[in-house]
Amino acid sequence: MIASYFPILLFLAVATGLGIALMSLGLLFGTRKTNDEKISAYECGFEAFDDAHMKFDVRFYLVAILFIIFDLEIAFLFPWSVVLEELGGFGLVSMFIFLFLLVIGFIYEWKKGALEWE
Amino acid sequence: MIETLEFLIFDNLIYILAIVLGVVLTVAYLTYFERKVIAFMHARMGPNRVGPRGLLQPFADVLKLLTKEIIFPKNANKFLFLIAPIITLATAFAAWAVVPFDDGWVLADINAGLVYVLAMTSLGVYGVIIAGWASNSKYALLGALRSAAQIVSYEIAMGFALVGVLVAAGTLNLSDIVRAQEGGFLNWFWLPLLPLFVIYYISGVAETNRAPFDVAEGESEIVAGFHVEYSGAAFALFFLGEYANMIIISALTALMFLGGWYSPFTGDSWIAQPSIFWFLAKTSIFLYAYFWFRASLPRYRYDQIMRLGWKVFIPITIVWIMVVAVMKVYHIGPWWN
Repeated sequence: MIASYFPILLFLAVATGLGIALMSLGLLFGTRKTNDEKISAYECGFEAFDDAHMKFDVRFYLVAILFIIFDLEIAFLFPWSVVLEELGGFGLVSMFIFLFLLVIGFIYEWKKGALEWE
Repeated sequence: MIETLEFLIFDNLIYILAIVLGVVLTVAYLTYFERKVIAFMHARMGPNRVGPRGLLQPFADVLKLLTKEIIFPKNANKFLFLIAPIITLATAFAAWAVVPFDDGWVLADINAGLVYVLAMTSLGVYGVIIAGWASNSKYALLGALRSAAQIVSYEIAMGFALVGVLVAAGTLNLSDIVRAQEGGFLNWFWLPLLPLFVIYYISGVAETNRAPFDVAEGESEIVAGFHVEYSGAAFALFFLGEYANMIIISALTALMFLGGWYSPFTGDSWIAQPSIFWFLAKTSIFLYAYFWFRASLPRYRYDQIMRLGWKVFIPITIVWIMVVAVMKVYHIGPWWN
C-alpha cells in the first residue's frame, strides 16, 4: 500500500531535479553582463517611481476566501461521491440538504455582489 | 532489504525518466505544432528554416534560451525568484506519476490518484504567485494576482466537475475510472456527463491561462503578466511547466470523459482493440483544440472571465452533480440500470 506511493516520491524528486538542472545550465552557460538599465523593473520606458509591492484590490482577497469555502465543500464531496452506491437514498438526501445550505450561501454572496467585477 | 530498495529505486527510475523524457519531447514538438497550426490558420508558413520543414526549431529554441542571460531585477528576492519556476515545473511534471497510459501502464497505481492530480495542479498556483511577488515589478504583481484569482475560481468549477465523474465511476483510482467506461463511444462518460465534460475542459483552458482566458499574460495591457521579468532558462522553465500542464489537462479529459485507452468502436476487429494509441489520439484532439481556440477567439475581459466561472459554471455543475447522483442511486437511464 505504502510502496505504491514510493514512485510518486521519486517522481517528485526527479521533477524537482530536472528544474534545478535546467536552471543551473542556464546560470552556467548564460551570458552575464549586467548594468543598471538592464536590471531595472520593466515600466514601459520610464523609471519605477515607487515600490512594486503596492496596495491591491480587496476583491482578490474576497475571491481567495470564497475559494477556500468552496474548495472545502469539494473536499467534503469527494469521499461521499466514492461511496454513494453503498449509502443509497439516505446518503443522497443528506448531501442534498448540505448542498441546499451551500446554495443558500452562494445566493447570498451573489445578491451581496461579492461576485461582481466591473 | 537494502537490495530491494535499490531495485525499487532503479526500476522506477527508468520508468520515471521515460515518462519525463516523453513529456519534454512532447512539449518541444507541441510548441512547433502550435506555431504551425496557428500559422496555417492565418495562411502563413510558420517556422520552416531550421532543419527540414523547420522540424529542428524546438531544439534551436532550447539552445537559445539556455545560453541567454538570466536577469535578476533590482531588489528582487533572488531565492524566491529562482525557486518559482522550479515549483511550476516540478508540480506540472509530478502529476504524470499517476496517469495510466494503457490498461496497467501506470507508474503509481494509487487509490487516491485523482486527489493527487488535483493537489499537484493546485500547487502550480504557488509558482505564479511567488514569481509575481519576487520580481518586484508592478506588472508582474498584477499579472500574478489576476492569474491566481482566475486559477482558483476555475478550480472550483473543475472540482465540482470531478465530483460528478467520481459519482459516476465510484472510485478515485484513475485506471478504475477508465475501466468504468468500458465499451464503445456511447459508454464513455462524456455523454451522461456532457455539461461537466464541457465545463471541465473549458475550466482546464482557463486554469492553464491559455487563450481566450489569457488576461494574466495580456500582452496588450500588462505585457506578459507574472513572468515579465524572467529571461533565459528561468523563462524556459515556466514555458515547459505551462505546456506540461496543458498536456496533463488534455490527458485527464481524455481519461475521465472519453474512455482513455478504449476504442470508440465495438466488435472484434483490430480497430476495436483498446490501446495506448487511442489514449494518445484523444489527448491530441484536446491539445489541438487549445490552439484552435487561440487562433480563433478574442481574449475575454477579466470581469467576463470571473462571471463565467462563478455565475455560470458553478451553478451548472452543482445541478448536474445532483442529477448524476439521483441517476446513480436509483439506477435511472440507459447508463446506470
